[in-house]
Amino acid sequence: MNASADPMVPEVRRVTRVRRELADVWTLAIDPGPGGFAFTPGQFNMLYAFGVGEVAISISGDPTEPETLIHTVRDVGKVSGALARLKPGDSIGVRGPFGRGWPVADAAGSDVVVVAGGLGLAPLRPSLYRLLAERHHYGRIVLLLGARSPDGILFRRELERWRTRLDLEVEVTVDHAGSDWRGNVGVVTSLIPRAAYDPAHTVAFVCGPEIMMRYAAIELAKTGVAADAIYLSMERNMKCAIGHCGHCQFGGDFVCRDGPVATYARLGRLLAVREI
Amino acid sequence: MRESAGPVLLDRQGLQALIAALHARGYRVLGPTVRDQAIVYDDIESVADLPAGWTDEQDGGRYRLKRRGDDALFGYVVGPQSWKKYLHPPRLKLWRAERDGDDLAIREEAEPVQRLAFIGVRSCEIHAIAIQDRVLLEGRYVDPHYRARREGAFIVAVNCGEAGGTCFCVSMNTGPRAEKGFDLSLTEISDGDRFVYVVETGSEMGGEVLAGLPHRPAEALHLLAAAAATDNARSHMGRTMATDGLHDLLVANLEHPRWDDVAGRCLTCGNCTMVCPTCFCTSVEDDSDLVGEAAGHTRRWDSCFTLDFSYVHGGSVRASPRSRYRQWMTHKLATWWDQFDTSGCVGCGRCITWCPVGIDITEEVRAIRAEPMAGGGT
Amino acid sequence: MIDGLDRYVREHRFFAGLKDDDIDLIAGCARNVVFKAGTYLFHTGDPADEFFLVRHGRVALEIAAPGRRPITFLTGGEGEVIGVSWLLPPYRWNFDARALELVRAIGLDAKCLRTKCDSDHDFGYEMMLRFVPLLVQRLQATRMQILDVYGKPA
Repeated sequence: MNASADPMVPEVRRVTRVRRELADVWTLAIDPGPGGFAFTPGQFNMLYAFGVGEVAISISGDPTEPETLIHTVRDVGKVSGALARLKPGDSIGVRGPFGRGWPVADAAGSDVVVVAGGLGLAPLRPSLYRLLAERHHYGRIVLLLGARSPDGILFRRELERWRTRLDLEVEVTVDHAGSDWRGNVGVVTSLIPRAAYDPAHTVAFVCGPEIMMRYAAIELAKTGVAADAIYLSMERNMKCAIGHCGHCQFGGDFVCRDGPVATYARLGRLLAVREI
Repeated sequence: MRESAGPVLLDRQGLQALIAALHARGYRVLGPTVRDQAIVYDDIESVADLPAGWTDEQDGGRYRLKRRGDDALFGYVVGPQSWKKYLHPPRLKLWRAERDGDDLAIREEAEPVQRLAFIGVRSCEIHAIAIQDRVLLEGRYVDPHYRARREGAFIVAVNCGEAGGTCFCVSMNTGPRAEKGFDLSLTEISDGDRFVYVVETGSEMGGEVLAGLPHRPAEALHLLAAAAATDNARSHMGRTMATDGLHDLLVANLEHPRWDDVAGRCLTCGNCTMVCPTCFCTSVEDDSDLVGEAAGHTRRWDSCFTLDFSYVHGGSVRASPRSRYRQWMTHKLATWWDQFDTSGCVGCGRCITWCPVGIDITEEVRAIRAEPMAGGGT
Repeated sequence: MIDGLDRYVREHRFFAGLKDDDIDLIAGCARNVVFKAGTYLFHTGDPADEFFLVRHGRVALEIAAPGRRPITFLTGGEGEVIGVSWLLPPYRWNFDARALELVRAIGLDAKCLRTKCDSDHDFGYEMMLRFVPLLVQRLQATRMQILDVYGKPA
């Protein structure tokens, strides 16, 4: 998609819609320009806020609707804060898409268990759109979501809609809640042994804080899902997204290039090593 | 071009003619020169700029220039700099964003690059350039700035006649004799009371340039002297590193107590990464003008020894010096293989020499090899 | 009635794999219970003389502190156990258990079961094999909650 020969040069695009999802989370819709924006679920873009800098943000929109580019951003730093403050009509720099995404097509014929923690639902949402668009290719599809508290549940309206589908099991749990919360309370890993899937024929997509992914992978493996069928999406510092700047290394992997999505079989040993 | 394939001999006037010919062809000629009590790489106008009669004494945390008893031009090994400062500049303006109301325009800032000619590239450095080629040119994404500098570069190698106190190219299989990756290679040999240069041609362009220089065929005597010179370097390596099974050894010893030991000495200053000819890591900086109409985006060298390097929101992944030294060394010697199918170390010894506390990568490897952790340590 | 309980105990996930004799022992301490939505299974400080195996519905475990809204820290549903304080002295509940919806459960007489564990250590060991993993799992879950992994980093 890049007109420049330099993969470090962003394209200028315009923000068309902004939606506040949670107290500190916004979803930006961006006009990707003529030709749309093709991507694989799980891939990310480098988004540039004028004068502030670039940050890696996963694509959270529908891959079957390439005419709109969707990103969900949490205001946690200088750049993400600047992105969160963008308004419709504002310009934004976009480079991408980068990285390896969820192996949605390869999961055809299997059950799919999607485990999301907090904002981890954002990079997983494109895979759910794709799975549901080709629902007949898959066995059971289970979405397990954990959040800090009820007001930390992302894409709530969409979850309610998905929940009414008979061909999708959606379970949501929060770490703690007030007495007005009717749903599950407990960590997201506790949903795994209760979910209905055939572990021998299951592919799992897991995204959330690294600790949550580690325990989710352990729990999935405990139920019998093979380590090379459990996919995690890693987060590391990214400056270039093209495997040149060295920041995102995780052992021998560049998370930007060899990930962000990789199997638990590949990542597992190093996940247990401190400060790797 | 039409010259014989065999080595020829240049004298010092011939070398001067080479520098002049490269200038005449439009190259920016760069080579070793003495500055601030070190041999650095800089623009070279003539042979007179070269470090005649100087050598360098190197050891862990120690570098001294010393007078030789002769006027050899290449009688030193390597200084603190490497050619990466020209091919992969320490600071590079990538682009500039200009804002006008709601509109934004990105303008690339790449300036036309003059073709570069490097005089005096050591074999270890040629290997280092090949390693950076692997990283910046041969992957899925190409760094156009590196390519612009690298593609037209003319490389005059110099085969080492002496080894430095921290050299270990023989262990890394990267020297001391340049086998390929150059346009011309020189071996400085003594011929009576003067030095002459046995020249080999490594490329068509090299042959073309050489053809225009005053030279004569090298005699067997000269070739023997050249071979003896590199043999001398080969047999006097200041350091050695056993590389067999090194990748597996290091990845299996990520929790080795030696990392704590080295962390007790390491200042995390990042000198080793700055002097390393293969370290390629960079970061980007953004700036904006006071009126908020223009903003720059600049790439600069970065080091895995900084806390910022591994920052993810909330903190640094590698908070301890132990983890940062481990990252640098395991990357250099082990995971580099996973990424680029080559070692990241060429045995030039700069990281040992320029470490303010003299941490020696060969010693660190030896310590882990001596007592690997049972069961791999993780 | 006893037949029914026998079946419920056998079918409950928590007791999967128990020998028939052990099932009979447990069924001998069991009763069928139903809680309407919003009612409490037990309250903090009450004697822990009966715990529950949920068959249907969901139960919230709550902690209430003066001046603060009660916090739900765990919910349990079908196939899960509500209440572990009956295992150890002083046999009193440390939190409130509230039915979030209509809850059908097997109520187990704690004193009856403790007595059986004391007199038949093989049986007691089988019980421990089931309760210890549950406790470890709850402990690990609590650690994850303490980590507040989804929280905004400081």
